[in-house]
Amino acid sequence: MLKSVRLDHVSKMFGTAIGVENVDIDVKPGEFFTFLGPSGCGKTTTLRMIAGFYYPSKGKILFDNKDVTTLQPNKRNIGMVFQNYALFPHMTVFENIAFGLEVRKMTKAVIKEKVERAQKLVHLEKYGTRKINELSGGQQQRVALARALVIEPDILLLDEPLSNLDAKLREETRLEIKRLQVELGVTTIYVTHDQTEAMTMSDRIMVMKEGVVQQIGSPQEIYNQPTNHFVASFIGESNILEAEVVEVKADAVKVKLDEDIFVQGSMSQSANGKKLAVGESIKVSIRPEAVFEGSGPNQVTGTIQFVEFTGVSINYVVKVGSNIMKVMIINKGNEILKRGDSITLHVPEKGIYLIGE
Amino acid sequence: MGANQPTVVQENWWARLTRSKYFVYVLISPLFLVLLAYVIYPFYQTFLQSVVGEEGATLENYQRFFGLTSTANLEALWTSVYISVISVITCAIVGVTMAFLMERYEFPGRKLLSVLILVPMALPPLVGVLSFTFLYGESGIIPRAFQVLFDLEKVPFSLKGVMGVIVVHTFTMYTYFYLTAAAAIKGLDPSLEEAATSLGSGRIRIWLKVILPMLTPALIASSLLVFMISMASYTAPLMFGVERTMTMQIYLSRTNGSLDMAATQSTILSIVSISFLILMRWYQGRRNYQNQSKGISVHRTELRSQFAKYMSMVLSFIGVIILMLPILVLVLISFSVDGEWTVQVIPTAYTLQHYIDLFTDERTWRPIWNSLQMSFVATAGNILFGVAAAYAMVRTKFKGKALLDILIMVPWALPGTVVAVNLIAAFSEPNVFSFNQVLIGTFWILPLAYFVRHLPLIFRSTSAALMQMDESVEEAARSLGANWWYSFRRVVVPMAFSGILAGTLLALVQGIGEFVASILIYSTSTMPLSVAIFQKMYAFQFGTACAYGVLQIILIITVLFVSQKITDGKAGSAI
Ligand SMILES: Nc1ncnc2c1ncn2[C@@H]1O[C@H](COP(=O)(O)OP(=O)(O)OP(=O)(O)O)[C@@H](O)[C@H]1O
Ligand SMILES: [Mg+2]
Repeated sequence: MLKSVRLDHVSKMFGTAIGVENVDIDVKPGEFFTFLGPSGCGKTTTLRMIAGFYYPSKGKILFDNKDVTTLQPNKRNIGMVFQNYALFPHMTVFENIAFGLEVRKMTKAVIKEKVERAQKLVHLEKYGTRKINELSGGQQQRVALARALVIEPDILLLDEPLSNLDAKLREETRLEIKRLQVELGVTTIYVTHDQTEAMTMSDRIMVMKEGVVQQIGSPQEIYNQPTNHFVASFIGESNILEAEVVEVKADAVKVKLDEDIFVQGSMSQSANGKKLAVGESIKVSIRPEAVFEGSGPNQVTGTIQFVEFTGVSINYVVKVGSNIMKVMIINKGNEILKRGDSITLHVPEKGIYLIGE
Repeated sequence: MGANQPTVVQENWWARLTRSKYFVYVLISPLFLVLLAYVIYPFYQTFLQSVVGEEGATLENYQRFFGLTSTANLEALWTSVYISVISVITCAIVGVTMAFLMERYEFPGRKLLSVLILVPMALPPLVGVLSFTFLYGESGIIPRAFQVLFDLEKVPFSLKGVMGVIVVHTFTMYTYFYLTAAAAIKGLDPSLEEAATSLGSGRIRIWLKVILPMLTPALIASSLLVFMISMASYTAPLMFGVERTMTMQIYLSRTNGSLDMAATQSTILSIVSISFLILMRWYQGRRNYQNQSKGISVHRTELRSQFAKYMSMVLSFIGVIILMLPILVLVLISFSVDGEWTVQVIPTAYTLQHYIDLFTDERTWRPIWNSLQMSFVATAGNILFGVAAAYAMVRTKFKGKALLDILIMVPWALPGTVVAVNLIAAFSEPNVFSFNQVLIGTFWILPLAYFVRHLPLIFRSTSAALMQMDESVEEAARSLGANWWYSFRRVVVPMAFSGILAGTLLALVQGIGEFVASILIYSTSTMPLSVAIFQKMYAFQFGTACAYGVLQIILIITVLFVSQKITDGKAGSAI
């Protein structure tokens, strides 16, 4: 139990097409690690290499320092939950969960005990004799989870396990998975394209795009300190503005967004801790919720172009100079402005993040 | 563990082999070997026989075939093509009309008719032709009944010659058109028709511009199929005495001892059949009609006017009679006393003796037992080959996949007569593929012929089942620690079971009824059921022949019923 997973500069080519390129990660024992990215970015490909269904074209895969790069999938002691669950339709719930234990040649009594414990774990005690097609989507999901967990895997792999569920069930099952993971402490690698899932469940997230790793970090790091344009706009909403560095004074960096519009950020808030020089063109990421109404530091005025009231917040689209910014004001009973009104905004220094490309 | 020293997990050679990317070739090479030994090599031997004369290579046989000194061969080729083209047309008309009536109209008797319409599929080729000669032949029941009824000198009409062959083809093969057209009509998206109507299009225009074009792929595929099967038809020309067809010429050349001519004719016929097979595969790859809005199919139109209702009832009744008559007549004659039925309309004396004999008389039982044994042996081989080949085709990637696909389908395109001629050419002498035995004249040659002829059946039904199965299910088993063999046994086979079983049952009954290849290669000690029927016919023991036939029909109906049940009607893929 509790193994670390290391991908040592792993690449996978499909013919000449690149599946993933140069993935280099170190998943710690017991960690909940998530691959996040848009469709086709290589999440599944990476996961399947860890499972052993693909062999890397380059690089090595190590479990606890053991090279398993080309070890067959059945020798890896992994638990895997597939996107479509891949339950055996010709077996009952009990038989499905027992499958991996039978492979391991356990005695009938032990199997029965373990399966029953697993059923209890996923709240399916009464469903042992049901056929798979007599279960709801959420129940099938839990059978798949129990089947993967009952073999006490060293590593649990989940490929978009919630994508076939409706919104309500998805939230419930998300909590369930997280609960089980914390309870069992198993090293878990989770694949999703849903940022909410990634943010809420993970210890660390790897963001990918077109087969290339964009950023690896905790949810806070990914959200607050995106390394590039892609990450900033993929995770949550963000205003990405073109800017030019006009002044560097110790830690303070002043950038020009437009004629007569300047904001001041901090060097410690720059992507990858990069040192910026005067005259450099960069991008500035400002989250809508980092913008406040009224006067304060980095104050600007703009014209409201669009108003949306969600209950929790008032969302404005504001034209500031030639830039368009999204602004989210928490609803505390404040007055709702109208289209065409002028609005004064300010952004605290820690809400301004300076990114390269 | 040593701090940072990566340790490689120990594996044996087998594990290393199984994950090599060449491992798949280890798996498929036995398949190719079997095809090489029992399909390609025999075919090659026949070809060799056709081009090698006393003084080395020669095209003399082909010159003789196409030459004008004796036109028998060209006439045969022409007659075969002619019969096949007419058969395609008549089958298309009957099959498609039936499909439209059954799918689009609701009339009294529709349910019954929709079951009976598939009766021709339950008739083994020889038995089907047999019942037609009993019914409509020169001394058949119907023509004689007319003669007696109207007190005529001669029978007013009878089925014979080319006409007879075409009628039998139409009766036995319209089902191919019926099934594909019915499926296509059922699959038509009703909203297309509704869209056309809303755009102001009338019924006729909708048929011509919307429905027929959508059916074209189904119709072309069935046409190719019927053409191919008609070209291969042997039993009908044999029973109606049409000697100038390709299959009959091959049979006659063989029995006359001109083996090299038989080889030449076989080669030419094979080329025609294989070309059609390739054309058909190519065409199937392009067909694409799909029902986009799921669930609802078009409602059947109910006939409103009283007149139309009565008409349809009368016509349905006639339809039922025509469909049932072949089986009824076999049952009737199977109870008749042999030799008593001469010039009467129907047999006059009846007995149960033939059925008792089937299971008690050693000499009557023998052919049944032979056929059962030989068909079981062949089917066992078909299961091994078919399941392995289906798995390889559906689940693995390798170079030469298209070739494997075509090679497996070739035996199905080859006329049974040609399969027999090929096997004779290959296994009259000992060679490595026959384990140094002469197979001709032994028990083994017939199972081998059945094996080759029915090679695609289990392959196709199993592939269809495997394609339904999600690949990740197998991966799930592997991730749970099952090795390849374990997951194959516990997951793949059980999930494909209905497909395997459907194909197996079909191969079994087809083996039991096989006639076309058997007649050329059986020996008296291994006489199969169908050859026994044929001989009883010629010895005027009609009762026994028909009792055999009824037995076969019962077997086939049982099998069709069982496979319908286990596959929920998806067994169509096995045909
Ligand atoms: N077997 C394969 N052969 C060829 N190309 C492949 C294969 N599997 C994946 N690819 C390609 O590799 C890239 C990454 O695919 P992958 O399935 O890993 O994406 P993904 O991130 O899981 O996307 P999704 O969210 O849609 O599941 C894609 O461009 C895909 O087309
Ligand atoms: Mg994926």
